[in-house]
Amino acid sequence: MTAAQMSQPVVSVREVHKAFGRLQVLRGVTVSAGKGEVVCLIGPSGSGKSTLLRCINHLEHIDAGEITVESQLVGYRRQADGRLRELTPRETARRRARIGMVFQQFNLFAHLTVLQNVIEAPTRVLRVDRKTAIAHARTLLDRVGLGDKGDARPWQLSGGQQQRVAIARALAMRPTVMLFDEPTSALDPELVGEVLDVMRGLAREGMTMIVATHEMGFAREVADQVVFLDGGVIVERGPAAQVLDHPGHQRTRQFLASIAGRGDLSAARPTQARA
Amino acid sequence: MSVSQTTADEPAVGTPLRARPARRPGRWIASAVVLVVVATFGHTLVVNPNFEWPVVGHYFGSSLVLTGLLRTLEVTGISMLLGIVLGTVIAVMRLSSTPIVATAGWAYVWIFRSVPLLVQLLVWYNLAALYPRLSIGIPFGPAFAHVDANHAITPFVAAVLGLGLHEAAYMAEIVRAGILGVDRGQTEAAEALGMHRMLILRRIVLPQALRLIIPPTGNETISTLKGSSLVSVLSMADLLYSVQIVYSRTFQTIPLLLVACLWYLAVTSVLGIGQYYLERHVGRGSGRPGGAGGRRGPLLSLLRMRPSRRAVSYVAGP
Repeated sequence: MTAAQMSQPVVSVREVHKAFGRLQVLRGVTVSAGKGEVVCLIGPSGSGKSTLLRCINHLEHIDAGEITVESQLVGYRRQADGRLRELTPRETARRRARIGMVFQQFNLFAHLTVLQNVIEAPTRVLRVDRKTAIAHARTLLDRVGLGDKGDARPWQLSGGQQQRVAIARALAMRPTVMLFDEPTSALDPELVGEVLDVMRGLAREGMTMIVATHEMGFAREVADQVVFLDGGVIVERGPAAQVLDHPGHQRTRQFLASIAGRGDLSAARPTQARA
Repeated sequence: MSVSQTTADEPAVGTPLRARPARRPGRWIASAVVLVVVATFGHTLVVNPNFEWPVVGHYFGSSLVLTGLLRTLEVTGISMLLGIVLGTVIAVMRLSSTPIVATAGWAYVWIFRSVPLLVQLLVWYNLAALYPRLSIGIPFGPAFAHVDANHAITPFVAAVLGLGLHEAAYMAEIVRAGILGVDRGQTEAAEALGMHRMLILRRIVLPQALRLIIPPTGNETISTLKGSSLVSVLSMADLLYSVQIVYSRTFQTIPLLLVACLWYLAVTSVLGIGQYYLERHVGRGSGRPGGAGGRRGPLLSLLRMRPSRRAVSYVAGP
């Protein structure tokens, strides 16, 4: 890998604006994640964390700015004259295939077994042959600690197990970046830990991750960069220790205090930090 | 400790409470009234000679009636197939983001649901008066093949077109409701995995929509079966027309209509049973083992009506 490639961020978000009707959700957000970097997005509900993640894989169209993943524009192509052209749905789908996403509500395919959930996209989108896909899926399910659940249906699993399957399903596409949209917010407190453990493992193995979360313990431990969003703008960013322990802005301090009031911030695995 | 007797470390030791069920005289009166009415009707079935049961028995299995029944089943089956396939296409059209396509889907449903089935059947049957020659070719351009509408539109074709296109309008609404009933998160998850729209529809949304689509489709099949009796006006020899042929000759109107009734009843019952198992099959993965679980057949409901003599028991707390 050349030095130029090393310095090239995997995900680059520049001056992105997004509105739903008259509601400005993102107002000039700039974030980037280098290879193997873990970026945690924190902030109150409605601050734009989820929308930012959804823009990165083009589930939402952006109004202004530019997002690239592996130096490729998301959802658009730059023409010879320098103007942008929207990609066809098929082209968008192809680019999205390399961006893994994990949702708050898991969204496992309810009519398929766990194994079928994991191999569906690799076999249908990447055209991996079934045998290889199943072997890979089994490895991934082992890795998230659910090697024995391949034949289970989603409704037979706990929320934590479902979310771990969702992570395995996203990994099956061999993504270059994983986006996590509040992956533990819909979980019972005692199930949060098992999902965070899997995510810690991923971070250790060098996966590039952007995580919207309310788990300050996780952010402190794993994040290379913490970004505090409020009202669609980035209020503060920096290393976890700096933003979480010595926030420079009043608004950040207020937010952290409001979260601390609901759980034990100093614990390695806070379980009630839901804002 | 006085607040709660049952804590986590101290398992509840309750004495089953024996209580006699409440008196419900209304139930007994209502049941008696129903039984008297049913018995009266049953009695007339036996003693009224005008039912002519021997005639019913004679024609029930006759080849003329069975041929008519087969025709009815054919028309119903093919019409439903047409209705389901076309209805799915129209449902997808109505959900399209292209306005012209969505409007076309809406207009189809509007027209074919508004005009009575009998009228539609007559229009198709008389299509030759409107378009004597039917051609296949390029719109506004040359045609490759022609057929004489009078030959192409047989009573059978008219019946299938009339029933099938009418049914498609209803199926379109059923399929659309089914598609909309699937959680949006399923589509988003599939999109995030790089699946494209048609693949998502085929592999993720439609299979899950089936659970919502099948019960009303069962009803539609039954209503198409019964609607197919209208094709007797096109002098197509379906079940009803076949018995009409007989009684116009023998004047045994009632017993022959009874033959038709019994066959419609029989086929509808078989369809109902089939639907039950189909629902159970697609109900897998719905979060409820057995899918259609919790629903009782009429027989089971009847058994349940028997007043329970068992005492109500629960864990009694002091």
